Amino acid sequence: MKQDICLAVRRFISENFLFRDDGEAITHDASLLDAGIIDSTGVLELVSFLETTFGIAVQDEEMLPENLDSIRAISNYVSRKLESSKAQLVV
Amino acid sequence: MCGIAGYFALSPRPLAPREVLSRMVEAVRHRGPDDSGLYYDGRAALGHRRLSIIDLSGGRQPLSSADGRLWVTFNGEIFNYVELREDLIARGRAFRTKSDTETILHAYAEFGPQCVQSFNGDFAYALWDRSNHRLVIARDRMGVRPLYYTVHQGVLVFASEVKSLFQYPGLRPELDPLGLDQCFTFWAPLAPRTAFKNIYELPAGYQLVAEQGVVKIAPYWTLSYPARGERAGMSEGEAEEHVKTLLADATRIRMRADVPVGAYLSGGFDSSATTALAKEHNERLRTFSLEFESPELDESAYQRTLVAALGTDHSALRCKGPDIAANFPAVIRHTERPVVRAAPAALFLLSRQVRDHGFKVVLTGEGADEVFGGYDIFKEALVRRFWAREPQSKWRPLLLRRLYPYLGGLQSQPAAYLEAFFRTGLAHADDPLFSHLPRFALTRRISQFYSPELRTTINGYDPLDDLRAQLPAEFGKWHPLSRAQYLETRCLLPGYILSSQGDRVAMAHAVEGRFPFLDHRVVELGAALPPGLKVRGLREKYVLRRALGRELPREIVERPKQPYRAPDSESFVHEGAPGYVDALLSPEAIARTGYFEPRAVTRLVKKCRAMRGAVSAGDNMAFMAILSTQLVHSSYVEPLI
Repeated sequence: MKQDICLAVRRFISENFLFRDDGEAITHDASLLDAGIIDSTGVLELVSFLETTFGIAVQDEEMLPENLDSIRAISNYVSRKLESSKAQLVV
Repeated sequence: MCGIAGYFALSPRPLAPREVLSRMVEAVRHRGPDDSGLYYDGRAALGHRRLSIIDLSGGRQPLSSADGRLWVTFNGEIFNYVELREDLIARGRAFRTKSDTETILHAYAEFGPQCVQSFNGDFAYALWDRSNHRLVIARDRMGVRPLYYTVHQGVLVFASEVKSLFQYPGLRPELDPLGLDQCFTFWAPLAPRTAFKNIYELPAGYQLVAEQGVVKIAPYWTLSYPARGERAGMSEGEAEEHVKTLLADATRIRMRADVPVGAYLSGGFDSSATTALAKEHNERLRTFSLEFESPELDESAYQRTLVAALGTDHSALRCKGPDIAANFPAVIRHTERPVVRAAPAALFLLSRQVRDHGFKVVLTGEGADEVFGGYDIFKEALVRRFWAREPQSKWRPLLLRRLYPYLGGLQSQPAAYLEAFFRTGLAHADDPLFSHLPRFALTRRISQFYSPELRTTINGYDPLDDLRAQLPAEFGKWHPLSRAQYLETRCLLPGYILSSQGDRVAMAHAVEGRFPFLDHRVVELGAALPPGLKVRGLREKYVLRRALGRELPREIVERPKQPYRAPDSESFVHEGAPGYVDALLSPEAIARTGYFEPRAVTRLVKKCRAMRGAVSAGDNMAFMAILSTQLVHSSYVEPLI
């Protein structure tokens, strides 16, 4: 499951921010901000993608580098959101 | 105000035939539809296309001194020609015409090449001194009028526009990778570099003297600021008075013409101020403006307020996306370099409207921001420095939101990310380019799209280092605001604002823009003002608003800065967009020109299409840069469509 999230996120970033795929692969933990891949407008696009693709709602206060600044961070964040919404449904 | 072209053998040799001169001059016909003239004597060739503004019957060019020893071809105006003429007559000189052109000849005869120091104007001229076998070319201090040149097989070739140079045998257009890299960092090449290999631009405030086989190029004027902490020697009240007096005079001399003078009215403070000043000389002043469909770009409400308050006779041109796309290829033929914004197209349309209404001259407000500290980038730099003293501060960077109220998208961006953007270079508060690092970094994202070949060619070149190396020695001693102003005034202003958004698109329709804020006395005063009178807290152009704001409606004086912007990529990706867009951005066309990577460009175009209206600043710039580079190539190197 997390694999799928990872893949989807990686592809989105590749196509919408990297534009090129000549082997400049981003590692799981590479900071997207530091690499200049996603900036303050880019993060809005990313959030929009995550909400549409995974059906989650990203709160303002969750828009932090801790949650969104690497592929691993994003995947973890999305997983947590999906888990907690499942938990809510169960209750 | 016109177009000039010519060539000069550095040492005696056969000169290219007259027909070449004729072709070169014809290439700038759009700059001077009223008349033309050629001078050719086997050593020097001077050509001219005239836009008749002063002394309609007498000012034909090229113009010679009475004894035929001096010849000049001149593009522009010497606004203080009346005062200079009086002085020269008092020195015993006899004038044959009423033109400002003749002033140049007499001033040169009297003072030699240093005569350029006495000219207050916007100009590019070539003066052939036959007795001394010397050719002098000079360009105005701020870079209003263009001048390009090269040396080919011992011949100095020059012209107002690059297209004219390519009429000279043996000069073949080829894009310069370093020039492109500069465009995609600084929004324009840094003079003397241009977008073309072996074609040079005479920098603003420079003079070229060719004699005895040697070409010497040197500045006759430099922009300089006081050292940080140096006392201004004038109070706030005195500064206000000086500003007011000088601007009134700068406007007065810029109203000098034998044809009607109109004004651009964007709705912003600067053009409102120049319009108000111009109105004092012309009760029935004609004004012109642009209206846009997007509320984020449109300023028509402010324009209407101003028209009502000042009582001008106003025309507004409604600018739509399709208009921009339809005219863009013509625009790029005129800019002769890639651009990162679509705004030049809007101004191209505006100058056409001015011409259609029978006007040749308009006053306009460019330069106020550079001279008086108007751009948000200046405030931004101050906020970032403030933040740099406490880099961990969470609330200091939030001040940055207040800087760009007109960018709706920016206001909604999460704080942490906003910080990250402006944090660029925060650790480098000592970097001379500190104020401009975020903008340069954003623009440089265009390099993501470079082809491997382009990358290899420019490998190792750092445009930022190049710019650092060109800064004056005293730069580091200036106040940070002065440093930011200098960068803006010497890079963006001549290379983009006055060129692609200014002279090139106005002269495409033979319309001459005149800039009271760029009167060199005003520029020098602005430079001498203490920083606190320019940006006070977050209030920009402080002393200018106090000096001129009293005559203007309050909402104009108080409103935040909104630079000229037109819809960028969205103008080109709609249904029914002209075929050239897809053709030039196709993988085949991109591969053919070789500057960019085809797949990356395809993805960018797809993204711009999908996000239409909500495309980020960086993506918009990349789109415009790529499309306009393809157009430059297609217009000058090899047709692609």
